[in-house]
Amino acid sequence: MENNTIIKIENLVKQFPVGGGTFTALNGISLSFGKGEFSGIVGPSGSGKTTLLNIIGSLDSPTKGEVTVMGTGSGGMNAKTASQLRKNHIGFIFQTYNLMSVYTVYENVEFPLLLLKMPASERRKAVLDAIEWVGLTDKIKSRPPQLSGGESQRVAIARAMVKRPGLVLADEPTANLDAANSHHILQTMETLNKELKTTFLFATHDDKVIRYLKRIVTLADGKVVSDESVK
Amino acid sequence: MIAFKLAYRNLMGAGLRTFLIVFILSVSYVLIIFMNGLYQGWNHHARADMIDWEVGQGQFWQEQYDPYDPFTYADAHAPVPPEIKTAAEQGRVAPILLSQATIYPEGRIQSIKLKGIAVQQDVLSVPTDKLVAEDHIIPALAGTRMAKSARLEEGDYLLVRWRDVNGTFDAAEVKITGIFSSPVPAVDAGQIWIPLDQMQEMLQMPGEATLIVSGKGVELPGKIPGWEFRDHDFLFAELEAMIKTKSTGGSILYLILLALALLAVFDTQVLSIFRRQREIGTYISMGMTRRQVVGLFTVEGTMHAILALALAAVYGIPLLLWFAKTGLGMPEGTDSFGLASAERILPYYSAAVITGTILLIMITTTIVSYMPARKISKMNPTEAIRGKIQ
Ligand SMILES: Nc1ncnc2c1ncn2[C@@H]1O[C@H](COP(=O)(O)OP(=O)(O)O)[C@@H](O)[C@H]1O
Ligand SMILES: [Mg+2]
Repeated sequence: MENNTIIKIENLVKQFPVGGGTFTALNGISLSFGKGEFSGIVGPSGSGKTTLLNIIGSLDSPTKGEVTVMGTGSGGMNAKTASQLRKNHIGFIFQTYNLMSVYTVYENVEFPLLLLKMPASERRKAVLDAIEWVGLTDKIKSRPPQLSGGESQRVAIARAMVKRPGLVLADEPTANLDAANSHHILQTMETLNKELKTTFLFATHDDKVIRYLKRIVTLADGKVVSDESVK
Repeated sequence: MIAFKLAYRNLMGAGLRTFLIVFILSVSYVLIIFMNGLYQGWNHHARADMIDWEVGQGQFWQEQYDPYDPFTYADAHAPVPPEIKTAAEQGRVAPILLSQATIYPEGRIQSIKLKGIAVQQDVLSVPTDKLVAEDHIIPALAGTRMAKSARLEEGDYLLVRWRDVNGTFDAAEVKITGIFSSPVPAVDAGQIWIPLDQMQEMLQMPGEATLIVSGKGVELPGKIPGWEFRDHDFLFAELEAMIKTKSTGGSILYLILLALALLAVFDTQVLSIFRRQREIGTYISMGMTRRQVVGLFTVEGTMHAILALALAAVYGIPLLLWFAKTGLGMPEGTDSFGLASAERILPYYSAAVITGTILLIMITTTIVSYMPARKISKMNPTEAIRGKIQ
């Protein structure tokens, strides 16, 4: 089972400087996630979900403790290895979609592959596949301002998935979506999780999302208060 | 390469603002090349005219001669040195004798320079072949400027008074046998040309000259005692200085334009880095390093200059070539600078000016694009993603 572990977190503490002192956002977290999991960090607003996801995604660094993601440990990590890790292995999905508004759907999805310097023909096929997974083949030439919220988030999913990363981190992906669209994108991600064995880790307090999760880690005030698997 | 592609997409997405900046920058390219081409063309032209009419391939000056001090003229004369006597007789060098004189056109009194020049000379364009008259009459040439100020016409007789070598006044009548038009005021305004041998006789300075203009292909002795050789560097120094002054003045116009364009690029960069924090954070989340993002935004700003170059090529090349063919009319009164100027100047665009202009604009645009972009490297990606930085 050990070599199936994708994320290993040991005694993670994260403090932010606030005013004169520090604020402890994460306080002694130890967790691990295996390959192919479809799990979520759940908890009220301010409980530390985003902070935890950012550290796992190497966008932020621990104050104390060690986080190892796909073999890369936070201990010896520098800006370069962190960006390598993100570029090669991690896809992000944000609450606010964060699409490039001047690029078409195709160009948005293509971007991560340009960073990976994938050859053109291979790249084209991968982009078209990813757009097909999320059912937006007919919107390929549209630009984000012409898309609905649900469509935008599906583009963001295609962008996160196009390089077939080992890990997708989704921070409140449904917060700006209605029920129908939330279910649609969760079904899409559930299917991708099954077919591509991609590990998904959500941060959410949305019941619609929680219903889909196979494992629920609950945070409160920067601590894990429960960790349950769902049958 | 990917940075260029992305920068291009982003700029094209920005629309009108991009177009305006690109347009102003493209005008900067064309204007800088044109203005510098104009001054270089003028320089070229003026040099060629001055070589034809005034300076030849350099001059020997009698050591006392100072063109700015007319009082030296009385003493600045010496026999044409034997080393170049043959060349002078063959017309390959042109000895000139100089004296102050007074003329009395229509009863008025006017002080002039009297210049004696060898009739057989083949060095300067002054039409000395027209210096012929009936026996015992001294033929004389005047340029159009001189003819206008003294109201002279061909065939007119004119009383000239001078001092000879002993300081004694003498006078004679000369006949205007030719009026010539020259772009070089220095051989025209305030002077009259007469045959050298007659002038030597009048001044009682047989075989003497004040300066000797060399023609093409003449083997000159390196040094002649009592004479000073003045080469082109010396003789064109004044022209160079004046063109430099003029071109410095002219450059203010296009430097202001360029500064405006650069300010607009800078402003665009500051604004887009502020407005596109979320995009910056997203680039980083996708695995770009902050340095790469700084590079991306710098290329994006610099792309203005690249697109401007393409646009400038589209309309600038035909425009500049057209000017190079038709030239530019010089305003009336350019003459009053006292230096050669043609009526039309053909701009001359040197490779150095063109590459220099392209480099200047590219480099300055890159700098003003980079300066605001540096801020990205200090951004916190987690805050940038949420667009929280104020
Ligand atoms: N950069 C920061 N500086 C100071 N405090 C922060 C910073 N980021 C997060 N926090 C604080 O840490 C706590 C956890 O935040 P966050 O991880 O965003 O919670 P969640 O995503 O669960 O809503 C919050 O109280 C928040 O105010
Ligand atoms: Mg959050």
